[in-house]
Amino acid sequence: MPAVQETVDQVRQIDVDQYKYGFVTDIESEKAPIGLSEDTVRYISAKKNEPEWMLQWRLEAYRRWLTMREPTWARVDYPKIDYQNAYYYAAPKAFKAPKSLAEVDPELLRTYEKLGIPLKEQEILAGVRKQGEPSQLDEDGLGGLATSGRVAVDAVFDSVSVATTFKEELKRAGVIFMPMSEAVREHPDLVKKYLGSVVPVTDNFFATLNSAVFSDGSFVYIPPGVRCPMELSTYFRINEKNTGQFERTLIIADKGAYVSYLEGCTAPMRDENQLHAAVVELVALDDAEIKYSTVQNWYPGDADGKGGIFNFVTKRGDCRGKNAKISWTQVETGSAITWKYPSCILRGDNSRGEFYSIAISNGRQQVDSGTKMIHLGKNTTSRIISKGISAGKSNNTYRGLVTAHRRATGARNFTNCDSLLIGDQCGAHTVPYIEAKNSSSVFEHEASTSKISEDMLFYCRQRGMSAEEATALVVNGFVKDVLQQLPMEFAVEAQKLISISLEGSVG
Amino acid sequence: MPLLEIKNLHVEVEDKKILNGLNLTVEKGQVAAIMGPNGSGKSTLSYVLAGKDNYTVTEGEILLDGESILEMAPDERAAKGVFLAFQYPVEVPGVATMTFLRTALNAQRKLRGEPEYSTPDFLKLVREKSGELGVSQEHLRRAVNVGFSGGEKKRNEILQMAILQPRLAVLDETDSGLDIDALKIVSDGVNRLRSPERSMIVITHYQRLLDYIVPDVVHVMAKGRVVRTGGKELALELEANGYAQYTDEAA
Repeated sequence: MPAVQETVDQVRQIDVDQYKYGFVTDIESEKAPIGLSEDTVRYISAKKNEPEWMLQWRLEAYRRWLTMREPTWARVDYPKIDYQNAYYYAAPKAFKAPKSLAEVDPELLRTYEKLGIPLKEQEILAGVRKQGEPSQLDEDGLGGLATSGRVAVDAVFDSVSVATTFKEELKRAGVIFMPMSEAVREHPDLVKKYLGSVVPVTDNFFATLNSAVFSDGSFVYIPPGVRCPMELSTYFRINEKNTGQFERTLIIADKGAYVSYLEGCTAPMRDENQLHAAVVELVALDDAEIKYSTVQNWYPGDADGKGGIFNFVTKRGDCRGKNAKISWTQVETGSAITWKYPSCILRGDNSRGEFYSIAISNGRQQVDSGTKMIHLGKNTTSRIISKGISAGKSNNTYRGLVTAHRRATGARNFTNCDSLLIGDQCGAHTVPYIEAKNSSSVFEHEASTSKISEDMLFYCRQRGMSAEEATALVVNGFVKDVLQQLPMEFAVEAQKLISISLEGSVG
Repeated sequence: MPLLEIKNLHVEVEDKKILNGLNLTVEKGQVAAIMGPNGSGKSTLSYVLAGKDNYTVTEGEILLDGESILEMAPDERAAKGVFLAFQYPVEVPGVATMTFLRTALNAQRKLRGEPEYSTPDFLKLVREKSGELGVSQEHLRRAVNVGFSGGEKKRNEILQMAILQPRLAVLDETDSGLDIDALKIVSDGVNRLRSPERSMIVITHYQRLLDYIVPDVVHVMAKGRVVRTGGKELALELEANGYAQYTDEAA
């Protein structure tokens, strides 16, 4: 398989340091004063030129947060976070919202280029070429449009969105895809109606913190009956030291609409831990479908567990109308701590929720991740496929809830949780909760834990594969069902990432 | 020079001595049968040749074409042309047989500094070899050995051998678990691969397999050593008299 080969080549290229996104962009930035107070919240709101209602919404969240306690039920262990010793807003200095990529600081564009983000569209916006013409950057000269699917990208650097591509074309289709901070000003009615409607301000400690200090993120609205003409994507990058990133993403698919969205995340290597507390809300109305994919590769810390991102994320989708469908696919390879449960509220009759997950932990990473499928409507269905891979001295927990309420007659769920252990110093845990409050629900649960056996590796090696090649092959086989759910371009990227994450896990 | 020369080989597995000064020579193009009772060290010999972990060589030498392979990793040995058809082929879930074959072939070629196969060339090769063995396209899409019958697993081993074209093939009880039809198919596949360039070691308990894969030479193993060597008629003698005399002699 060529992808396996590429993977291995890529792993080889990275000699000492396996985290290739660990560089720091040298760019001056403007930060909010250190610490968190009402003043910080006002500062952020003012920086973003927000209307008064938004500021009040934030302040309410902040006051609520002061009364809340950090949750401790997850199987993760980390030093106490000092919320007063962090910055809650950082923006490249002299940042003003750019009208086009040409106005974007070239240093930033170089950063995103290094990250391999398809900002090729910058040529179009910069006037180098007209849309549809072959790009000079394409080796085959056919142009990105012909050879690969098009992806509209929103790039978020620390606390601000620096560039959004394909805006005009999306606008013609009626699709709104813009930074959240812009949406607050330009589409206040939509934002007011939906923001916090899936993840309430008071939902949980980290979501409430996010509500108070959220910086940027993407806002997407697909009007009734529209199939979004391209994949939408946001890349998040934490650059500044000691800075938290609190993005907020809101996606609404109106009746009969369809959208596929992907987020990617990276951060520089730093010795201290950094906090990332995002909130993502999805709303699917009647007959609408949202497919949300994540490739999370925040800096995981070094081999001794020093540094790395604390990733506390609340993601939830609401199938608000009948026949709505929401599908989460995640490839989690980064972060020192992952605390994340992308969930579906299956409110509309016949609605469907899906969760496909690959969570890989190596070194001293700790992952506590899973999903909640909350069946409220009649004949709602859900499917959970989770593949956890633990290596090194890491711990990997699947935590999930499937529940059917009284009127959710005919609800069905299928869950499959598989864990793979590499080595003998890591842990895999599965914590499924299942509740059925009516007698016609049918829930199926399958789980397995296996080790990459010596016999399997020896068999592959006897055929000529190196230890790394053999491990990559076995792991790719293990996660195949989930990789198939990712959009093509990202599946290849994810496959590479998986092998890089497991670098050094075989003796 | 013989292709394989094993001199005074002593091997321990978890502090237990299994091979006790084994000597064996296999000429180029020769098919050598190794027969012997259970526990005589036949499978250990196959694993030691392939370089499995925990099989500790305490004394002796293994030379392939005059070069010692003892320090080589299993994949290096494979690239040098050592192939082991496993007695119990391992399942690799989620990995299509086709993918496995291609990854293995290209890994070996890369180690030898040869160019990798292009997709069309590789597909052509697989189609040819699988056709000869009666392995279907559907079978190639299935995960390696997962849900395969005993016969299918063994046939899959021979298919890998046909594609990897080793210089030394070790067939560890390839006849075990096969019915007579499957045995014929597998034996035909093996016979097709006989060539002056390729040597084979055929490990078996029973003379039956040797009716189909006729050896040039038969070695009898007992208590971790080769205790007798003869022509193919030796297999018939063993069939008639059993192994008792050898186990007693060696004791």
